[in-house]
Amino acid sequence: MAELLISISTPDWLAHTIAALVQCGLLLAIALCSAAVGIWLERKVSARIQDRLGPTRVGGRFGWLQPPADGLKLICKEDIIPTAADHILFRIAPYICFCATFCVFLALPFANGWVAVELNAGAFFLLAVAGLEIFGVILGGYASGSKWSLYGAMREAAQVVSYEIPLGLCVVVVVILTGTMNLVEIGNQQAGWFFNWHIFHDPFTFVVFWVYVTCAVASSNRAPFDLPEAESELVAGFLTEYSGFRWVFFFMGEYASMFVVSGLGALLFLGGWNGPIPIASLLGLTPDDGDVFGWIGNLLGMCNFIAKAFAGMTFMIWLRWTLPRLRIDQVITTCLKYCVPIVSAMLAGVMLWSFFLPGGLIAALTRPASFPRSAWERTDSKPDSFPRSAWERTDSTLRVDGMRDNGRVQEEAWRRSLPAVRSHAERGNEGDFQEESR
Amino acid sequence: MQAERAQSDTVEFDVRTDEMLINMGPQHPSTHGVLRVVLRTDGEVVSEVTPHIGYLHRSAEKIAEKLTVRQYLPYTDRLDYLAAMNMNLGWALTVEKLLGQRVSEKTRHLRVIVAELNRIASHLVAAGCFGLDLGSFTPFMWTFREREKIVDLFEEICGARLTYSYLLPGGVTAGPPDGWFGRCEAFLDQFDPVIDELHALLTSNAIFIKRTADIGVLPPEMAIDYGCTGPVLRASGVDWDLRRDGEPICTEMYDGYTWQVIAPTGGRYPDDHPYPPVPPEAVVGDSWHRFYVRMLEVVQSMYLVRQGIEKYSAADGELDKPIKIKEKLPKGEAYLETEAPKGQMGFMIVGDGSAVPWRVRIRSSSFCNISALPEICRGVLIADMSAILASLDIVLGEIDR
Repeated sequence: MAELLISISTPDWLAHTIAALVQCGLLLAIALCSAAVGIWLERKVSARIQDRLGPTRVGGRFGWLQPPADGLKLICKEDIIPTAADHILFRIAPYICFCATFCVFLALPFANGWVAVELNAGAFFLLAVAGLEIFGVILGGYASGSKWSLYGAMREAAQVVSYEIPLGLCVVVVVILTGTMNLVEIGNQQAGWFFNWHIFHDPFTFVVFWVYVTCAVASSNRAPFDLPEAESELVAGFLTEYSGFRWVFFFMGEYASMFVVSGLGALLFLGGWNGPIPIASLLGLTPDDGDVFGWIGNLLGMCNFIAKAFAGMTFMIWLRWTLPRLRIDQVITTCLKYCVPIVSAMLAGVMLWSFFLPGGLIAALTRPASFPRSAWERTDSKPDSFPRSAWERTDSTLRVDGMRDNGRVQEEAWRRSLPAVRSHAERGNEGDFQEESR
Repeated sequence: MQAERAQSDTVEFDVRTDEMLINMGPQHPSTHGVLRVVLRTDGEVVSEVTPHIGYLHRSAEKIAEKLTVRQYLPYTDRLDYLAAMNMNLGWALTVEKLLGQRVSEKTRHLRVIVAELNRIASHLVAAGCFGLDLGSFTPFMWTFREREKIVDLFEEICGARLTYSYLLPGGVTAGPPDGWFGRCEAFLDQFDPVIDELHALLTSNAIFIKRTADIGVLPPEMAIDYGCTGPVLRASGVDWDLRRDGEPICTEMYDGYTWQVIAPTGGRYPDDHPYPPVPPEAVVGDSWHRFYVRMLEVVQSMYLVRQGIEKYSAADGELDKPIKIKEKLPKGEAYLETEAPKGQMGFMIVGDGSAVPWRVRIRSSSFCNISALPEICRGVLIADMSAILASLDIVLGEIDR
């Protein structure tokens, strides 16, 4: 966009500012739309579960416009700040909450390459920024000057901080599997048919997916883990003293973060923007077939991704309106006694699996003789399909940096001990290495 | 105390912090009205619970000294407003006891039908609110949907949906309209499978069991000492129901009916029901049992209603007309406790020969049931507080009077 503006003789600084603003607005719109649709979905799904109709008046038969109508009503409300509250923190808290969730959308790819900022450490960035949301909640609870709010904040602190651990481990499992933290690449590695999705990669990832679901529900404060705002215990928890538009910000943050964790789950385990059937490549809509076709393929992919994310949200809504709430000690027990050990064991399982059965179970079964050499064969026969993993990069970096002495010898010995990960490039250089080390 | 022991097993007290006094209510979502409970907490652990009542005090007993017994009937609706028919029945029977009257067979069966329908409605509210207090909103909507159908039936029979004033001393205001019994049976037929749904949603739900089993255990001796009655007493394993064990004027109403008193005597329920079994974690007298007893009582009430409809149709004679508005009361006094959904509802009337009672005293079940709250809530977590309060199923209109 900036290039376009510059080409029509706009000054550099203005072009970049305009581009930044437009993109920022676009992202904000996406974040708000996902939250609004989430709110509508929650109201309709909960109504159906409870034998009601839900919103039917605003925006036609299905109440499409209910979220904006809600928003309008809430803007019109009196803005109350309790006298006992810490005014500055009380005002800041909702924005922190919302900004953290909003920033996550920066690194969330919607289709192949359709991402605001393609980060090499996308998964890491996403987790780190999403974790910031709790500061808003804790600040809000603390600054409200109400005991119920304080309880909510303390629960949030205990709960979300504990659940970051298994959530992070779940992501690590996928990172190990793919050899990259770049979310776009993680998505691309699951291209093709649905059995390429990580959830079907091996039995361990299947279990990890469900642990991820548990942790995702818990870290976005949804029932049955909605302790920080448990209305039947803590009135409304950290939200007790909030009203009007500040409350909306918390609310938007919650729904946007639901979308984010669902989307991240879809990206990591459910193939991201790759549908169960590779329609795009069957119809010739990949980027290789030309810009326009690639764009249409990406559009299909984005629909796929959004559908998966909303399916995840619907699952969370379904849970919320079915299950009673856990107690705080049971929530922490679930995390520390079940989620963390399970996901740790699965992490080890995934490591072993990808070492011994890199081609997957089917490949190992159909060609049992090749089992011990399967890793070799795969790298040899299809070098390009092998993920551009850390190994190659380390290798090239080593050469560029000219680290020639002791480190190289160690590197060489290490690589010998791990023949499974060698690639063509390395094998081509093998002779040179041996000569030099001699 | 079992509850205390269970808590000290699961909650570690390595960090002692300052105690905090916190007001739960009178504006709190899970205090079931305007109850104020002062909690002394250490973190999330509740060390002391003090219920403060009186926010809904309306001088119900004093008002009774200014009105005739028939004029006072609408005020009984407002005691336990979720079971107004049973409140009417208690008052009517007490007045009849004082006057030495007996009602006809037809009236008796109609009273059983109406009172048991209202028991179902009241237990449905209890079950739904239990779910709500545990953070599950859907059971609340489902039980209220069913209660709504009962309320519709009551609206047909007496015109009111909450404060019925239907079962008057001496008789009823009017007979049921044509086809009413058919609609009653239709309701019961469609309600049968709904009970299974509620059991699936709550009773056998793992989280529900975790939240209620072994929480707020009320031993039978303590339950008797505190005067707890109704499902709260029966869930502690005491087999006591005034419909079977009460005064003749109560028990005669249920003559000829076959039904069971639901109480886990010896830790066991009657086995001949298709509902989920007792989970191994549950202890007799805990919140889970209080919920379960109510759910099973709903089924018994359904049997009673079905039998009542049969018996009503078979009975001869007419419905009784109620006593006159200014019926003179004899000198003397009468005290009668009846089995209302929430426990034993007692009315005492002292007559001095005029139409207006000289003194009226009301004994309510919720008042006694909530008095056990400080005992069974010691050492629980805040979240358990609302579970226990919900399991006691209190109505503030009855407590404060």
